[in-house]
Amino acid sequence: MKNQLYTKAQLTWLIVLRVFIGWHFAYEGLVKILNPKWTSLPYLLDSQGPIASFFISLTQDAAMVDMVNVMNKWSLLLIGLALITGCLSRIASIGGILLLIMYTLSHPSFVEASYLMPFEGSYLWIDKNLVECAALAVLCTFPTSHVIGIDRYLKNILPAGFRKYKFI
Amino acid sequence: MATEDKDLNQASTPEQPESKGRRDAIKVLATVPVLGALAYGVYRKQKEVTRGRDISDVFSVSKDEANYLEPEPDGELIRVGIIGFGIRGKQLLRAAGFAEPSWIDTMIEASKNNKNDTRYQQYKEQDNLNIEITGVCDIFDVYGDAAIQAGSNINREGSNGTFGKAPKRYRHYKELLAANDIDAVIIAAPDHWHSTMAMDAAKAGKHVYVEKPLSWTVPETYMVRQVINETGVVFQLGHQGRQTDCYQKAEEIIGKGLLGDVNLIEVCTNRNSPNGAWVYDLIEGSNPATIDWKQFEGDPERIKEYMDYMTTCGLERYVGPEERSKFSLERFFRWRCWWDYSTGLSGDLLTHEYDAVNQIMHVGIPHAATSSGGVYFFKDGRTVPDVLQTTFEFPDRNMTMLYSATLASSRSRGKVFMGHDASMEVSNILQITVDKDSTRYADKINKGIIHTNAPFYTYVPGQDSSDTVTSPTELYFAQRGLLYTYVNGKRYDTTHLHIREWLECIRQKKTPSCNINQAFDEAITAHMGTRAFLEGRTMYWDKEKEEIVRGETV
Repeated sequence: MKNQLYTKAQLTWLIVLRVFIGWHFAYEGLVKILNPKWTSLPYLLDSQGPIASFFISLTQDAAMVDMVNVMNKWSLLLIGLALITGCLSRIASIGGILLLIMYTLSHPSFVEASYLMPFEGSYLWIDKNLVECAALAVLCTFPTSHVIGIDRYLKNILPAGFRKYKFI
Repeated sequence: MATEDKDLNQASTPEQPESKGRRDAIKVLATVPVLGALAYGVYRKQKEVTRGRDISDVFSVSKDEANYLEPEPDGELIRVGIIGFGIRGKQLLRAAGFAEPSWIDTMIEASKNNKNDTRYQQYKEQDNLNIEITGVCDIFDVYGDAAIQAGSNINREGSNGTFGKAPKRYRHYKELLAANDIDAVIIAAPDHWHSTMAMDAAKAGKHVYVEKPLSWTVPETYMVRQVINETGVVFQLGHQGRQTDCYQKAEEIIGKGLLGDVNLIEVCTNRNSPNGAWVYDLIEGSNPATIDWKQFEGDPERIKEYMDYMTTCGLERYVGPEERSKFSLERFFRWRCWWDYSTGLSGDLLTHEYDAVNQIMHVGIPHAATSSGGVYFFKDGRTVPDVLQTTFEFPDRNMTMLYSATLASSRSRGKVFMGHDASMEVSNILQITVDKDSTRYADKINKGIIHTNAPFYTYVPGQDSSDTVTSPTELYFAQRGLLYTYVNGKRYDTTHLHIREWLECIRQKKTPSCNINQAFDEAITAHMGTRAFLEGRTMYWDKEKEEIVRGETV
């Protein structure tokens, strides 16, 4: 893998962006893990848009809801930790993008959509999930973890395939 | 890329001097301290959240879940008859497990059109109460035929399903009561028939589930209590609110004094549609040939009691206006709009609210009642008011209960118990807000542990009730009834539970929650409110003599 060259300022702000997004993900995950009563159920039930029925169908089975809950909260935490520490951060970024796309599909900011859950801001088509999604795509395109992060170490010990397929 | 570049971005290579290795290690781990900051932040945040939980010295609520009389396995089959198969009769039989095939058709259709509509599935999953419908009675042929169909719908199927034995249809309720193959009856006739039918049923040895209110006239209220007590049949009045999970929690909370002295209770009715205001559809096929008008008119003895009261008190303007003997589809289907058959807002809807308060606080019959209101919106010839305020005084409990109702505004005002230390709003969930001037919680308020600007405790049925911290999201959905509709098995219909309790009491020889004494309290209270409205003066309850005493007019 070719080493990327950034100016100090570019590197600094890319890392700040990575750590901030990581922090946000990690805390969103922790809050849910620490609250034994947290469930994604109401969020899923409140889904709108073309594939709302898919998200609502997930709620029809209690075991499925449990699985969605576990997947969601631990994914959030692990992605967050990975971004902060720069550990497999490209995989983490892609995982984060996938999660955010799921949230967006479930709660699209369409003109006609109205949700029970009040949002803390005002959005039209582009909401904070999509902004964060784009920011993660930026991090994928301009990786920093091989400079500052555990990936700097991992890339030397992981099999060549990891680098070949740009996992880190 | 030039290898001489001294850029910081230069990554490490396996071969490197020791100092470079150290610098590398720093670069590898440079952002790890952020985790420490995150951990510290989360620790602080958690501490802040849990700080509010240390209130057990002044506030603790048990984790007990609502308690229902559970059916015994292998309970005996009970043969049930139903009298009255109008709107409520249909609902009751459905709650007992026997729905009209046409209703099932509608539900199947609805679930096909909307995958989220699980009413049909929920209905199919409703417990089997181990009863058989052996007799049905309605004085309107269309309803009578519908009742036969529903009663034979043992598999809860639509029109093309397979049905069981059709119950016998009786044209007069007394014929149904005389049948030997009926153990218990559900009475859902109009108000002016409730007590009469309940008494006749009890005398015929049938257990009774009768719709609210217990009675239409005051004199019959005493008679029905006596008959039920003497015959010893199992009696349940149809206030299905008795089965509301939150009411049991509310009783515990008030019993523990967590609200301080409750001095004012506000309850209300708020509807805003013709249907809600009793302007029901006139059903096709109804005419003098298909409706037994004579039977609809009522029991002559009851009518005399009614007319005696109305005439001695100078209330003739509330009688009629049409002759009782004159056939009228409006009066047949919309009987709730006329005192000639109805108990008005007081008997129809106030009673639900009062019964809830009586269940939660065991207040009994109030010492005094005053009412005001009028026909202000639905000027369709009705004699019962569509806006009504009634205040009940309970001086021995140092408390007033205020009921306010309108049938022409759906603004919700809740069911609120106001105490010196906190107020509690009860619906399908229960919320307590601590009063800013509370004595009991003063210390905790000053220390910032208890906040008074938002609900402090919320009980959501099915959730851990000891917790005083509920996430805002959860609450938001719970308040809108969304949270527990779909998940984890069944959501029970209170009417189903109320009928189930009655049937189980018959089997287990127990007394239902809305027994005849509770029913007597309910009916007298409603009558006091009604009389206060009709006569325009305060009504008092003489506890010793068990009599309604009228106050002087101003």
